[in-house]
Amino acid sequence: MQTKLTINAQAHTLEADTRTTLLDALRFHLGLTGTKKGCDHGQCGACTVLINGRRINSCLTLACMHDGDEITTIEGLGTPEAMSTLQRAFVEQDGFQCGYCTPGQICSATAMLDEIKAGWPSHVSDDLLADPDLSDIEIGERMSGNLCRCSAYPNIVDAIRDAAGTDSA
Amino acid sequence: MRPFDYLRAASPDDASAAAAQGATIIAGGTNLLDLMKHEVVAPDTLVDITRLDLGGIEQTDQGLRIGALVTNSDLAADRTVRRDYPVLARALLAGASGQLRNKATTGGNLLQRTRCYYFYDTSTPCNKRDPGSGCAAIGGFNRIHAILGASNHCIATHPSDMAVAMLALRALIEITGAGGDTRTLPLDDLYVLPGDRPDRETVLNPGDLITAVILPPPAGATQIYRKVRDRASYAFALVSVACVLDLQDGKIAQASLAFGGLAPRPWSAKALNDMMLGETPSDALFERVADHLLAKAKGQGSNDFKIPLARRTLIAVLHEAVERAQP
Repeated sequence: MQTKLTINAQAHTLEADTRTTLLDALRFHLGLTGTKKGCDHGQCGACTVLINGRRINSCLTLACMHDGDEITTIEGLGTPEAMSTLQRAFVEQDGFQCGYCTPGQICSATAMLDEIKAGWPSHVSDDLLADPDLSDIEIGERMSGNLCRCSAYPNIVDAIRDAAGTDSA
Repeated sequence: MRPFDYLRAASPDDASAAAAQGATIIAGGTNLLDLMKHEVVAPDTLVDITRLDLGGIEQTDQGLRIGALVTNSDLAADRTVRRDYPVLARALLAGASGQLRNKATTGGNLLQRTRCYYFYDTSTPCNKRDPGSGCAAIGGFNRIHAILGASNHCIATHPSDMAVAMLALRALIEITGAGGDTRTLPLDDLYVLPGDRPDRETVLNPGDLITAVILPPPAGATQIYRKVRDRASYAFALVSVACVLDLQDGKIAQASLAFGGLAPRPWSAKALNDMMLGETPSDALFERVADHLLAKAKGQGSNDFKIPLARRTLIAVLHEAVERAQP
């Protein structure tokens, strides 16, 4: 089945079996291996990408359902020479050990900071109607869909807080 | 995953017609695709409804109308929902992860399947997956299983938080049938208990498509959703309580309770609400309400703890609701 996808601002035409998940399309059909396959069941968040600006688990959606959609992967956020604010913060804060979950963490955090800017509350927000703050407990709750098997969580939280501060400065 | 044909529905009628002929409807797909990967389900045809005009949240004469394709994150972020139906926003935010809530839809959340480990494990018997094969959860590991409404054939729980809050808010669902007719149904009437047919979970007929959920005008009462689970985030409820409660002159003027994690369906009982109306809140009253809720509760071994946990959670929520409802 043919599917047209815009990935990192570049048009792609995918010819693949209907069963192909967006994750497998990225990795195995289009060679974009920055997006990682962890659990392949929507539990770990390693496969997080942005679709039309929103974070999703690419393992739990079919590529053919996204005809015409705009997808951003870790490769689209920045390059080693021109890192995004979050990518740089993860490096500076050492927000990883093995690095396998990092692309998912960074894609997820990128969209999460936009959710905070849009005023979305979280499970730990005291007031559903107030502008959310960026406390460590808010970051932890909002990033709970991204697991880190090395447990680099303290530095991941530091990186996200730093990046958000840089953004707002 | 088994091979399947993929169709994109052009209209709700189109989706209903395909589903009436055996196609499986897919929207967010966060549960369905997981089940397909495990080959718990293996549809021959998927009909994708995500391009249909079934989104949007709007005020109507009947109340707040939520399109079936509204995502869990959009619903939780909606300012009207946050202001007037906070129990619903809280329940949504207590469920899943940011990524999943961005995909999961209102209709799909209502129809998601149990997370019983044995339902997912095709090497074990399961009457829900393979009717007549038996139930491995009975006598097995059943920490997450039901203490109310179960049967000798199935003790699985319904996993939704959203549906529990909607039940406490007395939501209606709007359904388009295979013939193109539209009907509304109290959410309370959607789910059926397992009995000897645990594979049958709702009253929906082949070809029925949930098109919207309607919340009656805001109750203006204190609303609470409390979820008890094995970790602080991103886990299903062991016990959850949705509570809508209001006091007038020190007496309970309005009460609506619903429960998650306890039963094969989002659980509520009119008698529980009725026994509080007109009463002065007290420890004794709340104990009686808990007694009534749990009168027929039955533990299965590893989930016995849910009986006292449900009691304590319910009583704590009622105390908090009364405290917050004081003028």
